[in-house]
Amino acid sequence: MKTFRYTITDEIGIHARPAGLLAREAKKFASAITISVGEKQADATKLMAVMALGVKCGCEVEVRAEGADEDEAIRAMTELFEQNL
Amino acid sequence: MQSFEGKSVYKGIAMGPIAVFHRRQQAKRKRIDNPDAEMERLEYALEVSKQQLGELYDKAVVQVGKVSAAIFEVHQMMLEDEDYLEAVRNMIRTERVNAEYAVCMTGDNFSEMFAAMSDDYMKARAADVLDISARLVRNLEGQSGEQFVLTEPSVIVAEDLSPSETMQLDKDKILAFVTVHGSTNSHTAILARMMNIPALVGVPLSLEQARNGEIAVVDGFGGKVTFAPDADMRKYAEQTIREEREKMLLLQELKGKDNVTLDGQKINVYANIGSASDIGYVLENDAGGIGLFRSEFLYLGRESFPTEEEQFEAYKQAARMMAGRKVIIRTLDIGADKQAEYFGLDKEENPAMGYRAIRICLSRPEIFKTQLRAILRAAIYGNISIMYPMIIATEEVTQIMAMVEDVKQELEEQGIQYKVPEQGIMIETPAAVMISDKLAQMVDFFSIGTNDLTQYTLAIDRQNEKLDEFYNPHHEAVLRMIKLVVDNAHQYGKWVGICGELAADLQLVERFLEMGVDELSVAPSMVLKLRKKIREICLRD
Repeated sequence: MKTFRYTITDEIGIHARPAGLLAREAKKFASAITISVGEKQADATKLMAVMALGVKCGCEVEVRAEGADEDEAIRAMTELFEQNL
Repeated sequence: MQSFEGKSVYKGIAMGPIAVFHRRQQAKRKRIDNPDAEMERLEYALEVSKQQLGELYDKAVVQVGKVSAAIFEVHQMMLEDEDYLEAVRNMIRTERVNAEYAVCMTGDNFSEMFAAMSDDYMKARAADVLDISARLVRNLEGQSGEQFVLTEPSVIVAEDLSPSETMQLDKDKILAFVTVHGSTNSHTAILARMMNIPALVGVPLSLEQARNGEIAVVDGFGGKVTFAPDADMRKYAEQTIREEREKMLLLQELKGKDNVTLDGQKINVYANIGSASDIGYVLENDAGGIGLFRSEFLYLGRESFPTEEEQFEAYKQAARMMAGRKVIIRTLDIGADKQAEYFGLDKEENPAMGYRAIRICLSRPEIFKTQLRAILRAAIYGNISIMYPMIIATEEVTQIMAMVEDVKQELEEQGIQYKVPEQGIMIETPAAVMISDKLAQMVDFFSIGTNDLTQYTLAIDRQNEKLDEFYNPHHEAVLRMIKLVVDNAHQYGKWVGICGELAADLQLVERFLEMGVDELSVAPSMVLKLRKKIREICLRD
């Protein structure tokens, strides 16, 4: 299992478009990718579930990938978070 | 025959069949025998919906730019959401209901989830879920997936129209707008003025009273809409439409001519725009330049700040399209009646006098500097000027100039091409009027914003209808202020323009010419009307 932590800098937090980009990217991998904040967590492939986490600016999220391609998955996720959030 | 009164945002008249714009329909529950067949219908409707959204996205990119178009991409992504789709499929399978009903119910559930969230941004996403669900239902029912298709030129009657909704309308088939809600600053109002079509907002009717296909007369002169007009009313409308068309044709002959009085005094007539896509109207009406590019529209109707690149592209496009003619960009004038959630502005008791325009820019320099960088970079592509809104003190100008200097240094160090263009300020507070002699020595030009100047001088809130009887747009106090500003500017060799409603007031043109005002900036549709008036005036008799 691979993880990384990231603090959201986007002013409105994880909003619709980045959540959609995340979902599209996550679907490309065989690994299960989850995003968690506090006690809540969501499957990264599910746009509305990720939005429903209500992640705001300044929140720290943990992204976890588990599976055959977890290294590539976590790298892609890291890049996406850094560029969009 | 039935008439309603509303606030008119463009003086024109139109007659034609009504097209009622309904926001969403509720699907009926039906029991189905073959869930597999229902599932296939769902998959097909999903494909069609995604394809439509792709096409809408492409169309919107061209018309309003990539950022505003992103909403359609988001809708596409929402339609790929596993949870949403699974909920719909599950309902079809286990409850044996038709796909339309399953989509409707699921849409309601998901939108309620968003509506219940504490964050305002997330609450607003409830509407997006309803939107995609409505689209799916329309495609399932075999209607065209578009909310609304105009088959003939029509009078649009709606509760209100959002920017994404107006995007879907075929602009060649809109005769007039009639909306129940909406202010004279709403998106619909601005679009109507841009397109030269009559529009009434705040019309107290219910959509059931409007029938598709029934004839309506929208009279922007009298602020009245009439459904099923009688013979007399029709005759009046036909005649007025004919007269207006003739006037328009006569105006066309003024294209290419000077804005000059009979005794040879010239004045520049420029146009006001909200985005680079409005430039078509500016060129069509032969305006000499853009006197007010309301840059805040780049910030409105979206979810995050426009980047430097996006702004740069918009300003560059404007500069290029105007090919050497002046393009005066007003820096961000947000706050008061123009709000964007992502700015995180607090609700205010008295927003017109509140945290807005240059006050936001000076206290949040990161926002301001991004815009300044974009303008300075775009300035090398044409004849750009910058103007700063809501100034009350010389110190503000000093601060702004220091920031421009910073930005200039940054660009210099980064080796990025730029030009510091002509810089001016808006005179829209009585304070700026009183110290206009000092301000004139600090900037290159003034542009008088008469809407705010009038509201502050007369202490009359323009949004409050009860005050209409006290409101005199030609109040001597305001006219004297304009005179004072012109005199002070000219004393230091600076030029003065007027933007705002008074600039387009045909009764005042002569006064402004006498004062020596150098430029008037008006809605594109007013440019030729103003030119006609100017050419009829003789100052020396």
